[in-house]
Amino acid sequence: MLAISALSVFGIIVLFLGFSNNKSALMLAAMLSLLATFGLALYEWQHPEITPAVAAGMMSFDNLSILFTAVLLVTGILLLPLSERFLVDPKAQPAEYYAILLFSMVGAIMMVTFDNLIMLFLGLEILSISLYVLTGSDKRNLLANEAALKYFLMGAFATGVLLYGVAMLYGAAGSFSLSDIALYVQDNHDNLSPMLYIGLFMMLVGMLFKLSVAPFHWWTADVYTGAPNFFTAYMSTIVKTAGFAALYKILSVSFVGVYDYWFLMLAICAVLTLCIGNLTATAQQSFKRMMAYSGVSHAGYMLIAVASFSDKTPEAIFFYSLAYSIATITAFAALMRVADTKGSADFAAFYGLAKTNPFLSFALTVSMLSLAGIPLTAGFMGKLFVFMSALEQGHVALVVAAVLMSAVGVYYYLRVVIAMYMREGNGVAVTLSPRFRVVLIATTVLTILLGVVPSLVAGAL
Amino acid sequence: MQIPEVMRTVPLEYYLFFSTALFVIGVLGVLTRRNALVIFMSVELMLNAVNLLLASFSSYRQDSVGQVFVFFIMAVAAAEVTVGLAIIVMIYRNTKSIDVQLLNRLKG
Repeated sequence: MLAISALSVFGIIVLFLGFSNNKSALMLAAMLSLLATFGLALYEWQHPEITPAVAAGMMSFDNLSILFTAVLLVTGILLLPLSERFLVDPKAQPAEYYAILLFSMVGAIMMVTFDNLIMLFLGLEILSISLYVLTGSDKRNLLANEAALKYFLMGAFATGVLLYGVAMLYGAAGSFSLSDIALYVQDNHDNLSPMLYIGLFMMLVGMLFKLSVAPFHWWTADVYTGAPNFFTAYMSTIVKTAGFAALYKILSVSFVGVYDYWFLMLAICAVLTLCIGNLTATAQQSFKRMMAYSGVSHAGYMLIAVASFSDKTPEAIFFYSLAYSIATITAFAALMRVADTKGSADFAAFYGLAKTNPFLSFALTVSMLSLAGIPLTAGFMGKLFVFMSALEQGHVALVVAAVLMSAVGVYYYLRVVIAMYMREGNGVAVTLSPRFRVVLIATTVLTILLGVVPSLVAGAL
Repeated sequence: MQIPEVMRTVPLEYYLFFSTALFVIGVLGVLTRRNALVIFMSVELMLNAVNLLLASFSSYRQDSVGQVFVFFIMAVAAAEVTVGLAIIVMIYRNTKSIDVQLLNRLKG
C-alpha cells in the first residue's frame, strides 16, 4: 500500500522534473523512486498491519505479494540504466517515458496485491494503457506504429472479454471480493450457477490473452518486434511476472473448489503454448522475434506451475519469473547495443561478437543458457521448481511435454551462441557504456548465483 | 419508483440475453471489420454490454458495488479512448490510412 501510494507520487514528480533541462537527473530520480519503493515494500514485510487498516479489503500486502512486488521492482531497477539512449536522443521524451514507466509499475504492483476484482481490473488497465503509449512512443517509426495499434486493439478486446467474465462472476456470486467468491463456490458446490463457469472461462481467456498464451498469442511477435527495444524488454518481463502472479492469486483464493474445470483449460493451453512458442522460435531469423517467441514459450512453463497447483506453486512462479526476468534483461541489453551499432536485430548482426566484445558475448551466453535451462544457471533451477510442483500432483504428461520442448529450446538459444563464437563478423566493434557494463555484471552474477545457491531467495517464502 | 425498481420490471434473463447479444456483435465487429475506428467502436460496444449487465445484476441483487464498477469501467474506457485515438491519428499521419489490413509490415 505504501509502495503504491509513494510510487504514484514519484511518477508525478518525475513528470514535472521534465521541465528542467538536466536529463540525466531524470534517470537518477526514476532510479531513486524505484529504490525507495523497494524499501517501502520491504518495510511492509515487517509491518503487515499497515495495509489492512487503510485498504478496506480491496488489496492485501501478504508476504507472497511483497515477493512479487520485489521481483517487479528489481526488474525495473536493473532495466532502467539501459534506457540511457533516451537521454541523448533529441526526439525522445525521457520525462514522459520515465513517468509512464513508474505509473505502469503502480499498475503491475496492484496486479500482485489485489483482493478484489475491481482492483485487478484497474491494475491491469493502468499497466496496459501505459504500455500502449510506450509501444508507440517512437512516433515516426512505421513498425512501432503498427505494433502500437495491434497491441492496443488486441489489449482492449482482451479487456472486454475479461470484463464480461467478471460481470458473469458478479452475477453468480454477488460480489467482486475474492474471498466472497470463494465462499460462494464452497457453499454451493453441488449446484453452481452456469454463469460462474462462463464467467471463469471468459476471465481466464482475457488473462491468457494479456499473458500471450497460445492460442491467444498471435499478436505477441508483431508487438514485441515493432516496439522500441527498451520497452520490449520492459513489457516482456513485467507483464509476465505481474500477470502470472495475478492468475495464481485468483485461482488459488477463489476457485479451488472448481479445480477440475480450470485445470483442463490451463493444461491444454500450456502444452499448446510450449509447442507453438518453441517450434516457431526455431524458424526465426531475427533475434528480437526469436525472443518474442521465447517469451511465449516461457509463459507455457509458468502456466504449468499455475495449473499443477501444489503447495510448491507460489515458490515456483516466484523463482521462475525472477530467473526469466534477469536473463531477459541481459538478452535485451545485448540486443540494444548490437542493434544500435549495426542497425539490425537479425542473428547475422551477432556474428563474430565474441572477438570484438568478449564480455558481452559471455554475458549473453550465460543468459541464453539460463533461458534454455542448462544446469548451474537460474533458469535451470526455475524449471526444476516448476517440474517438481507438477510432479507432486502427478501431472507426468505435462512434465514430459515441457522437457521435450525445452530440448527444442536449447537449439535456438544455442544458435545465438554459435553466431557469436563460430561465425566471422564484419569487424564492427560493439562498445558498452559503464551503465550497461554494471547492469550486465549484475544480471550475469545473479543468474549464476541463483543457479548455484537457489536457497538465497527460494526460502524467502 | 426508484431506478433499480424500474429495472427490475424487466426479467433478468432479458438483460442477460440482450447484453450477451451486444457483446457478441462487438466481438464479431472486432474480428471482421478492417477500419481501425470501427474495430474500436466494436470494443466500446463490448464494454457497454458489460456495463448493462453489471447494472442489471446490481439492481436485482440490490447491491451498489456493481454500479460502482460501472463507473470504473467508464473512466478506464475514457482513458483508453484517448490513448487509442492518439495511436490511430499517429498512424493516419504516417500512412494516410487506418485500414488494419494494410498494416502488415511485421511478419515472420
